[in-house]
Amino acid sequence: MRKNWYLRIGGALSLLMLIFCAVGLFWTPHDPSAISAADRYALPSPAHLFGCDALGRDIFSRVLQGAAATLTIALAVLAIGAVCGLVIGGLCGYFGGAADAIVMRLCDAIAAFPSVLLALVVMALTGAGRYHLIFALGVLFIPSFARLVRGEFLRQRDLDYVKSARLMGVSPLRIVFVHILPNTFPVLLSGLTIGFNNAVLAEASMSFLGIGVTPQDPSLGYMLSEAQGYLLKTPWYAGFLALTTILLILGVGLLGEGIRSETGVEA
Amino acid sequence: MAKAAVKRVALLLATLLLVTLLAYAAFSVIPGDPTHTILGLDATEEQIAALRKELGLDLPVWQRYVNWLTDFLHGDLGKSYKFNMPVADLLAPRVQATLTLTAVSFALIVVISIPLGIVAARFRGGFVDRAITVLTQVTMSIPNFIMGIGVMFLFALVLHIFQPTYVSPEAGLAAHLWFMFFPALAVALPKSAMAVRLLRGAILGELDKDYVRTAYSKGNATGAVLRRHVLRNAMIPVVTFLAMTIADIVAASIVVEQVFTIPGLGQMLITCIGKRDYAVVQAIVVILAVVVVGCNFLADALYRVMDPRIDGR
Repeated sequence: MRKNWYLRIGGALSLLMLIFCAVGLFWTPHDPSAISAADRYALPSPAHLFGCDALGRDIFSRVLQGAAATLTIALAVLAIGAVCGLVIGGLCGYFGGAADAIVMRLCDAIAAFPSVLLALVVMALTGAGRYHLIFALGVLFIPSFARLVRGEFLRQRDLDYVKSARLMGVSPLRIVFVHILPNTFPVLLSGLTIGFNNAVLAEASMSFLGIGVTPQDPSLGYMLSEAQGYLLKTPWYAGFLALTTILLILGVGLLGEGIRSETGVEA
Repeated sequence: MAKAAVKRVALLLATLLLVTLLAYAAFSVIPGDPTHTILGLDATEEQIAALRKELGLDLPVWQRYVNWLTDFLHGDLGKSYKFNMPVADLLAPRVQATLTLTAVSFALIVVISIPLGIVAARFRGGFVDRAITVLTQVTMSIPNFIMGIGVMFLFALVLHIFQPTYVSPEAGLAAHLWFMFFPALAVALPKSAMAVRLLRGAILGELDKDYVRTAYSKGNATGAVLRRHVLRNAMIPVVTFLAMTIADIVAASIVVEQVFTIPGLGQMLITCIGKRDYAVVQAIVVILAVVVVGCNFLADALYRVMDPRIDGR
């Protein structure tokens, strides 16, 4: 078998970054919001691995905290989008009919707009905050998953194994969720990697704009908007935040690419 | 063909109507109405009633929508309560900045991606191809605003090639465009990476087809086959992608405007969301939505013109 470098490098990088983000959920070397006048603009050192920002806060701790926030939000968005998309797409694809046509038209309409743009509109109505952001992005991510899953169900519903299940009298809902669903796994997995990256991207952009998370629970994007003000004094603050975001997206992107070439799924 | 075109245009108009209706409905469900903002908390009932009548807030919702849409089409986009001026006057100078940023970004995407895509496909599997593949994979993973901060840091703060403060067209068109080049770079690079990959894939997909072998067997040189035969087919998905990209460019420029503090539509949108000035937010949302719908229509039309094999369904 040809070596699948995408899968190997992507898998390793994703794992590394996910662990890094997950660590931030439970542990940071310093209190990420502890201000210390003595450490303002401190250079990276053994005590402060990534140095300190303009308020003397430990940047390594902040990056960890931000990464954890970004990961949590992205996973929550993905969970809402994927689960709802799966149910809607599965039912639409298997049963078809007028309801399918209407729902899919709606999904097409939503998917035609850049998600950041739509999320901005929703956030303008609901106000900033972590849970509003998760809700807004989660709902907006449903159509892409629904379309993906629907296409796969449409392709599989007339395959022999489904026909024989139908002949044996298996109930339609059981066919949808027990028989076909596991077979859509490769497509779904590839869709999840794309969705994860879009979620990280959208969250970071919105929080950077100040319309995502609130300053109480900052994410990578929010911190980047802080760090931009100190590009001359502490360029490494923005640098480490940017590197974390990019490596996270790159790793999962490569992983998705690897999964697609492994399973022969088209993007 | 003509019948199909009429149907497409009718569908476009219906979509635009739906989009404006949704934008209107979304901003109508917000609790509280502007009378409180204008009159303050200690206004009398009579004052509020009089103002509601004056603003047309006492009419049924559908009537208000029709009025709003009619005004909108006549260039009256409503009134900003926070800036205390008509939204149209507020937005007019800002449309130019966003339009320029979008145009420069689009030009950059075309200039960067088409040559690179062709080169990568031409030397498939070689060093150049691999270098381009790695480069595009990494570039694709960089969010626009991080690219913007990077461009700002490298070109403005380290190399001092440009000043990181907005240069308006009044200061000279050349200076304005030179400044806009850098934010446009931040918008264009990640998108270009995607376009390169798409074009490379499309060319490679065509190269394996029979007509290419026939063209070669008739004694054509590689360059001629690529130019006259392969590119014509491979460009179809790319042109569609580019037309649809305009919507993404607009979305990306909202974020990048914030990085480079360009006084464009995006910056206004963010400011007004913060200030809860919904008349302005609504107007910008409708404008951007029309742009998105229009671009999708354009992409679809281009696709049909470029590829006559697609019938007028």
